[in-house]
Amino acid sequence: MTMSVTEAPTPLAAGSAPDTATGRTLVDVRDLRVAFTSEDGTVHAVNGVDFTLDRGEVMCILGESGSGKSVTMRALMKLLPERKTTITGSIMVDGHDIIALDDAAMSDLRGPTVSMIFQEPMTAFDPVFTVGDQIAEAIRRHESISDADARKRALELFELVQIPSANRRLDNYPFEMSGGMRQRAMIALALSCRPSLLLADEPTTALDATVQIQILLLLRQLQRDLDMAVVFVTHDIGVAVEIGDRIAVMYAGRFVETGTVRNVFGHPAHPYTRGLMNSTVKGSMRGTRLQAIDGSPPDLSRMPPGCAFAPRCGLAEPVCFEQYPATESVGERHVAACIHARRLVATAPGEAITKAEASS
Amino acid sequence: MSAESIAVETPPAETAGHAGHRSGERRALVSVNDLKKYFPIRGGLLNRTIANVQAVDGISFEVKRGETLGIVGESGCGKSTTARLLMRLIEPDSGDVIIDGKRVGADGMSLRGMRRQMQMVFQDSFASLNPRLTIEDTIAFGPMVHGVPQAEARTRARDLLAKVGLDPNLFIRRYPHELSGGQRQRINIARALALEPKIVLLDEAVSALDKSVEAQVLNLLMDLKRDFELTYIFISHDLHVVHYVSDRVLVMYLGQVVEIGPVDEIYASPRHPYTQALLSAMPSMDPDNRAEKPPLAGDPPNPINPPSGCRFHTRCPFAEDLCSKRSPTLELVDAAAGQFAACHMTSPGSGHSKAPQKRATA
Repeated sequence: MTMSVTEAPTPLAAGSAPDTATGRTLVDVRDLRVAFTSEDGTVHAVNGVDFTLDRGEVMCILGESGSGKSVTMRALMKLLPERKTTITGSIMVDGHDIIALDDAAMSDLRGPTVSMIFQEPMTAFDPVFTVGDQIAEAIRRHESISDADARKRALELFELVQIPSANRRLDNYPFEMSGGMRQRAMIALALSCRPSLLLADEPTTALDATVQIQILLLLRQLQRDLDMAVVFVTHDIGVAVEIGDRIAVMYAGRFVETGTVRNVFGHPAHPYTRGLMNSTVKGSMRGTRLQAIDGSPPDLSRMPPGCAFAPRCGLAEPVCFEQYPATESVGERHVAACIHARRLVATAPGEAITKAEASS
Repeated sequence: MSAESIAVETPPAETAGHAGHRSGERRALVSVNDLKKYFPIRGGLLNRTIANVQAVDGISFEVKRGETLGIVGESGCGKSTTARLLMRLIEPDSGDVIIDGKRVGADGMSLRGMRRQMQMVFQDSFASLNPRLTIEDTIAFGPMVHGVPQAEARTRARDLLAKVGLDPNLFIRRYPHELSGGQRQRINIARALALEPKIVLLDEAVSALDKSVEAQVLNLLMDLKRDFELTYIFISHDLHVVHYVSDRVLVMYLGQVVEIGPVDEIYASPRHPYTQALLSAMPSMDPDNRAEKPPLAGDPPNPINPPSGCRFHTRCPFAEDLCSKRSPTLELVDAAAGQFAACHMTSPGSGHSKAPQKRATA
């Protein structure tokens, strides 16, 4: 309990980085690196991630399995196993230095400041308590409030996330709910202490398409109504387009391209982003051969020295294998870490580009 | 082959209703008639059956030689049960499966014979491989069981590995845990092809893969289909992928077929309201054209006690009294294309206010 942390709209710019001019900056992550040590070696899951997020802003991290997107989220929430994890860099959330916080202080932050929803709500809820009790418990942990009032809040939350016959549903155990309903309950739990930052880790991946779109629309509406900042992690471009304002494309523990949704998908500047777009199947590609990305993602315990994507990249030059490319600004708030970024951003997304053209 | 196939005649009536014979030139390689599987739920004092999960409730369809039939639907709609029933991994309660003119079962084609014709690839690439067998043994096992000499089976395994894009010299001695998900799925595909089947059932075979790997495997599947003249039954919840691979699409809802037809017709003009909702739930991939309203509310109902009448009426925006009382049958809605839908709205004279008055097309 080192500091008061409710949804105080006062700009708590305590020690935050340069671009807090507006006082709207909520999250500031600098050179975040996460490595896991085990007997088999060290896995470098996150290798230098920088980003800032304003209050009420939505950022979507797009990446494949093993790209470090979930690890980044867990680092923000300080959920990684302490003994085996080495975290360096800085994570500031609402003025708190997350890496320096002790367990008790972090527990106070989880809920009112930062909160998370997971892919599989069944494992996030305790199976032996009703969902209503679990939500009320979370509220009472952070606020001095009576049981009856906590229950009333839980009911309001259930109505907020549009669970039908909310009052009856509060007394359900997690297994009594369907997948979509459980995910709504999970969102209600995450919102119970009015967080200023919501982390959503593939919350719709396990759901059917018709339910997925319901949950995405709900999250979008709640984000607007509650003016929450959201970091949304997904592997699905379609989902990213539906939810994100800004996109960060992640590969082998780094952000390889960031920008607005329109910029990144309209004018992709990194070969990986382009490859991902081309290998995402659309019906219109019928009868044509998919332009798949060759090979597979790198082994994170043996990271190559240069660009991690170079071995799979058709445009790779010798220099790509030696040193990591500098980030190039290719438009307004649009950057990519590729030596060919400027050339690529000017080429239509689906259009192939040859090595000669790229380097000319 | 042709001599055998004359022996047993395809039963006409029911199958005839569903496309296939209409286009004439290609005969059905697989036809499924009124296939049904209920899973009993036991409980109470005497462990009696207290309810049934109506997993697959009377479905019929045909697959023509050389085509890809896509099967789509939400979880719990019976797609995977259908695949397992076709492979006889589960025994159906009733209904027939006829492959190349021969009925699968006691008096027709043996299970062993059927599995030489039809093989399956599962979603979970790791669970479907034996962790104690090397890749070579995994692929050669099937042919050996079916009487191929060991040396020949091993040669076949090496050839198939090369066919699925893995270097035999590098992979043949490895175990499943040493491979990535994409590589394991290639092994599963190679194993499925080891018996030289005509039909491959792909049950969410690319769903667990990352997008960049999924594209590689889809390209591979397309190449193999061409090289080995395969027929695919492709089950997926991913509508984009189904659109890409399929020639015809079958849409399932709670154990029943609601619509079936050529892929272009289904995607361009879906006739069943469920198909319409499913298709409009697809992410647009266009930031300027985001979804504003969910096409359907709520989750799919429980298949234990499915709604009466048309099973979709509880979520259907056009439902009328009639829909909860009488269940619609699968009827032809576009004769030229061979598109069928099970909806009172497309059935002439059904009594639904949106239904056409009388049969317009003959």
